[in-house]
Amino acid sequence: MDLTPYPVRVDGVRVRLGGRWVVDEVDATPPAGRLTGLLGPNGAGKTTLLRTVAGLLVPDGGAVLVGDDSQDVRALPRRERARRVALLEQESSSTVPLTVREVVALGRTPFRTLWGADDDAEAVHRALATAGVAELADRLWSTLSGGERQRVHVARALAQEPSLLLLDEPTNHLDVSAQLSLLGFVRSLGTTTVAALHDLNLAAAFCDHVLLLHRGRLVASGTPEQVLTPARLREVYDVDADVLVHPRTGRPVIALAGRAEADA
Amino acid sequence: MSTTTSEPAPTRAAQDRADGVPAAPARTPLAVLLAVGVAVLVATVLVAVTIGPADLSVSEVARSIGGHLGLDVVPVERLRDAIVWELRLPRVLTAAAVGAGLALAGAVMQSLTRNPLADPYLLGLSSGASLGAVAVLVVGVGLLLPVAAFAGALAALAATLALARTGGTLTPGRAVLAGLAVSQLCAAGTSFVIFWTATGDSYREILSWLLGSLAGSTWQSVAISAPAVLVVGTVLVLAGLRLDAFAFGDTAAAALGIDVDRTRWTLLTLVALLTGAMVAVSGAIGFVGLVLPHAVGSLTGPAHRRLLPVAAVTGAVFLVWADTLARTVFDPRELPVGIVTALVGVPVFAVLLRRRGGSAWT
Repeated sequence: MDLTPYPVRVDGVRVRLGGRWVVDEVDATPPAGRLTGLLGPNGAGKTTLLRTVAGLLVPDGGAVLVGDDSQDVRALPRRERARRVALLEQESSSTVPLTVREVVALGRTPFRTLWGADDDAEAVHRALATAGVAELADRLWSTLSGGERQRVHVARALAQEPSLLLLDEPTNHLDVSAQLSLLGFVRSLGTTTVAALHDLNLAAAFCDHVLLLHRGRLVASGTPEQVLTPARLREVYDVDADVLVHPRTGRPVIALAGRAEADA
Repeated sequence: MSTTTSEPAPTRAAQDRADGVPAAPARTPLAVLLAVGVAVLVATVLVAVTIGPADLSVSEVARSIGGHLGLDVVPVERLRDAIVWELRLPRVLTAAAVGAGLALAGAVMQSLTRNPLADPYLLGLSSGASLGAVAVLVVGVGLLLPVAAFAGALAALAATLALARTGGTLTPGRAVLAGLAVSQLCAAGTSFVIFWTATGDSYREILSWLLGSLAGSTWQSVAISAPAVLVVGTVLVLAGLRLDAFAFGDTAAAALGIDVDRTRWTLLTLVALLTGAMVAVSGAIGFVGLVLPHAVGSLTGPAHRRLLPVAAVTGAVFLVWADTLARTVFDPRELPVGIVTALVGVPVFAVLLRRRGGSAWT
């Protein structure tokens, strides 16, 4: 599957929701074609930032610029935007009795005219195959396991043929092996991807770049080694942790010793 | 896979096997469903017109209709021609139009509110129409009944939407709650008017209207309901195609490039116009808009491209037969058709509920 990775730049974005700055002056440049982890405790503003980058929320300040010509994502027509940017929500569920193929075909919505698009079945097919869920195509979505559902959601996003893929906690509720395989697969896509993640070790193992949010502000960005330091983890997550080096992969490993207060 | 694109398109099954993907369970093509549905509808109309106290043959019915359409046919005896053209045909056509409109509006409302128990009357439309109609029947407000009912429906919808929007955006949940409040208010108003002023004679007329009845159908009813279904219904089907994208919620729809607010307002307005026109000619006929979309959905699958047109045709056939039962079973007395649709609809609903096993209704 050929996806053209999109450059994306978050430029001084501020979002005010419910009388509070949920995202405050965030500047970030997730590298094109790479997997960027968006980290931060609950309520740090990860979901809001992802929705803003997706063009679904209007920032109260700043802008999200995408593509080679740095267009404001809000200035793109809706359908045009949906052909470039795919967002997978957290806990996305449906009571409609859809088959997996039908769920993935939803990703073709922005390409569809009133009379249908010729490329539809082909693109759905490619997305199913790429996400490794082709054999589930005729199952009802409601009968799938959590891991299968996430893969199907990714396939739906791939059917949009996105240049920018935004994932909100895609590994939630997955078992360890499913988490590893999902992130490994997403990284191998080679499109610009930003994934909100809770698990710091997963982020450290898979992400090329990480953004650390705390109370709406970006407190650090860079490689996992640069960002995930014991001091920052204490400041942001309120934990006492050591950062080790994995003996085989050389990636950072966060070893938690306890809460920061208990230690003090 | 890229190699297959330049060649003549292989059948989907062959393509699927090549990629190791099993073929989807064959769903009947839409064209076939619609062709069968329309054929059944035409036959239904012709046959239903023959049924009643005066026995007519299909040939007489066809000749009568042909004669009035200016075709060169053997004329039918005058009294029998009048039974077809003045009495039964307008009623059967109204039933068909109302059935189609209600089933379509119900299907759209269920998807739009993501509530399987939604029906076209959910937003207070029917109770508003009832209040308008009762005002005419009892108090003698100087308006034609359909006009008063339509005005009542739209006023109720406006109240519902205004209430749903206070202090927030229009969400399905808020719309449902607001509709409930407006319905209760209108129902209280209707009860008050009946209690205060109704006499024995007007009572039966009111009750029959509240339960939904096609007994008073004339060509005027056809002239209101048929264009409403054909025009508003067509636009609704086309706009309703976007509903597929709402399967995983509003944000998912927005991420697929759908203008969520505009789609919701457009569809609500169209449903209100359509339902208002239906209620204006027939009162609040229940269960058609609630049950038929579910029954049809189990045949067509959830894709709105298939569901909406098939629901409309099925609704038309269903209501014609329900009304035929209503006017003939206890001949010479008539039941309000709303009683028949409830008697048929409730068991169908129970069966669907059992079969679904709660998968969609948790």
